Amino acid sequence: MSKVFIILQANEETRSIVDAIEQDNPDAEVVHEPAMVKVQAEGHLVVRRETIEEEIGREFDMQELNINLITLSGNVDEDEDALTLTWNS
Amino acid sequence: MAVVAIGEYKFPSRDRVENYYGHQLLFASWDHHLLMAAPFMLFGAPDQKLGDIIEQQLKPLMQPDPDFDKIDWDAIEWTKSGELWTPDFNKTVKENGLVHKEQFRFKTPGLSTLVPPQGE
Amino acid sequence: MDIKKTPKKLNVKEKYRLMTRDLAWEPSYRDEKEIYPYVDYEGIKVHDWSKWEDPFRLTMDAYWKYQAEKERKYYAIIDAHAQNNGHLNVTDARYLTAIKLFLQGISPGEYSAHRGFARVGREFAGVGPQVACQMQSIDEIRHAQTQVHAMSNYNKFYNGFKDFATQRDRIWYTSVPRSFFDDAMSAGPFEFLIAIGFSFEYVLTNLLFVPFMSGAAYNGDMATCTFGFSAQSDEARHMTLGLECIKFMLEQDPDNIPIVQKWIDKWFWRGCRLLTLVAAMMDYMLPKRVMSWREAWNIYGVENGNALFRDLARYGIRPPMHWDDVEKSIDHTSHQIMLGLYQWKFGTAFHSWTPTDSDIEWLKEKYPTTFEKYYLPRWEYAIAQKEAGGEYNNFGLPKLCQTCQLPCLFTEPDDPTQLAHRETEYEGEKYHFCSDGCQHVFEQEPEKYIQAWLPMPALMQAPLKGDLAAWMEWVSLEPTAAGEYANSEDKANFEKWRKQVSTD
Repeated sequence: MSKVFIILQANEETRSIVDAIEQDNPDAEVVHEPAMVKVQAEGHLVVRRETIEEEIGREFDMQELNINLITLSGNVDEDEDALTLTWNS
Repeated sequence: MAVVAIGEYKFPSRDRVENYYGHQLLFASWDHHLLMAAPFMLFGAPDQKLGDIIEQQLKPLMQPDPDFDKIDWDAIEWTKSGELWTPDFNKTVKENGLVHKEQFRFKTPGLSTLVPPQGE
Repeated sequence: MDIKKTPKKLNVKEKYRLMTRDLAWEPSYRDEKEIYPYVDYEGIKVHDWSKWEDPFRLTMDAYWKYQAEKERKYYAIIDAHAQNNGHLNVTDARYLTAIKLFLQGISPGEYSAHRGFARVGREFAGVGPQVACQMQSIDEIRHAQTQVHAMSNYNKFYNGFKDFATQRDRIWYTSVPRSFFDDAMSAGPFEFLIAIGFSFEYVLTNLLFVPFMSGAAYNGDMATCTFGFSAQSDEARHMTLGLECIKFMLEQDPDNIPIVQKWIDKWFWRGCRLLTLVAAMMDYMLPKRVMSWREAWNIYGVENGNALFRDLARYGIRPPMHWDDVEKSIDHTSHQIMLGLYQWKFGTAFHSWTPTDSDIEWLKEKYPTTFEKYYLPRWEYAIAQKEAGGEYNNFGLPKLCQTCQLPCLFTEPDDPTQLAHRETEYEGEKYHFCSDGCQHVFEQEPEKYIQAWLPMPALMQAPLKGDLAAWMEWVSLEPTAAGEYANSEDKANFEKWRKQVSTD
């Protein structure tokens, strides 16, 4: 199995987003590095809008992720409710 | 293999000998001596004595290496294009068979002050 | 009574369809071939352009909105940086070498990528890739501009920044990234996309940006960190485009597979050679380091690369040729490059230095099998020269590789005591390479690489004819910008200004 990951800038907004990702992916590992935070998991990771909205306390558009995104790994699929990352192997 | 192109694709080489006004490039490399990080580019005319190029250009560049003063110039093994080669320093570059952009290499067995022999 | 319903917002998929694919039309009075003349000649077969879909489903309206937000965040920090003597917050002025090299070598590459994507966006016959390439083209010019802008703050105080554009064209080491982008830009549209979109962005860009920008933050350089992350937020989209484009080509026709594989082999190798400069930046130029080049390679090269190529195996794609040679070189290249830059420092528009005691300890720890044995003796030699009041320089002009244009300073993959020598003959002329990988690239397209402008041979041609003083002027290199850091104006000024700030 291969690891997928998403790396976000470390800031106030992404604190809530990372909390939300952790809730939705109990097996994910969170790694803090200078100015950035990496969330990785085996094979599959999902980022859900509803969980983020719950954490951040306002409406959230999945495409807002663009602003704080540093990089990611895996095949991407995004719609208005979720962003998923997967490797097919 | 060839370039895949939208039409005829034919251009002269950028560093062809004609661009050096009667001169040519040579490269020289001292095996297992890496203080000077890459082979040296030398420059001369085909009718210039090879010995002059070695004395005037190559040796001053090699001098910083602590092994330089220990070299036995008669014991050097010379190669060019992978073949053993015996240079004649009194003959010209051309007479020594050194064409444009030719590289010659030389080995000084037993000298390894700054680069340890592999496997030790 | 009628209840007024608010019209439902379009979902992302519908919006993407309406604002991307539905903007296209079938030509009625001109032939497709006339409109898209360059889409066939590389041999890539496309049967259905509509199968191309951006996984982020980003449309131009949303694109502008989010890019504007990124710019606002970026300029807030750049202004604060300029207003608060941000340049004195970096760890020490050695760090400036890393960003000078970035400005001379990488930022012009962003501009080349801008031009390249503008071109291929026009040349592709499908609206999906047209829109994606348009966005990427605009991103890339934004990167070039924000990088130049961020570093202009340093240009007010330090040497080596002011003439990066001339140096991009003329000084010797910048020909490495320049030839990389020129090679891609002079290829067909599909090869360009594999070169920049896939091999560079997807496989290698993380190695360039992520640890480096994290390093900028760690070294107190908020300006660079900010443009880096701001640019990198676009890279995630570029990487995704790169991966989509390769999957699209592979799914369209099985005949595309060997062509794509050949490009992956070529561009992976070319990218790895380019990144050896980044390896030196990471291991030697950051006064405080986040991770070693080896560690970055393990995460972003090996782990991520393996995941990617396991995923692509279902199409019949194998990992890039010469991958093993890259792996073998990782514990060596940063040392080999930095020793080279140090000995040729009289000809670089940035400073270099010998590693300090703590640098040496760190390098020993990170490279336990190679640094102390193979590279420390050479550094100790240079340190001893300095302590004796001298300075080690190599005034020899190096032999350059015909393909990657780096000096031929890399060793044999299995023997770090011996330089790799590779040569071939083409139409009666000799050509030299640093490695099997570069020789292989040359031999696929010799007609292309024989035209390479190699700075060292060029120096001996007219009009310079080997005149080094004339060369310095031609490349706009002032002596204050070059040489050993310990004796530099940059070091003296930084220390003086920092003292003034801290005693005020």
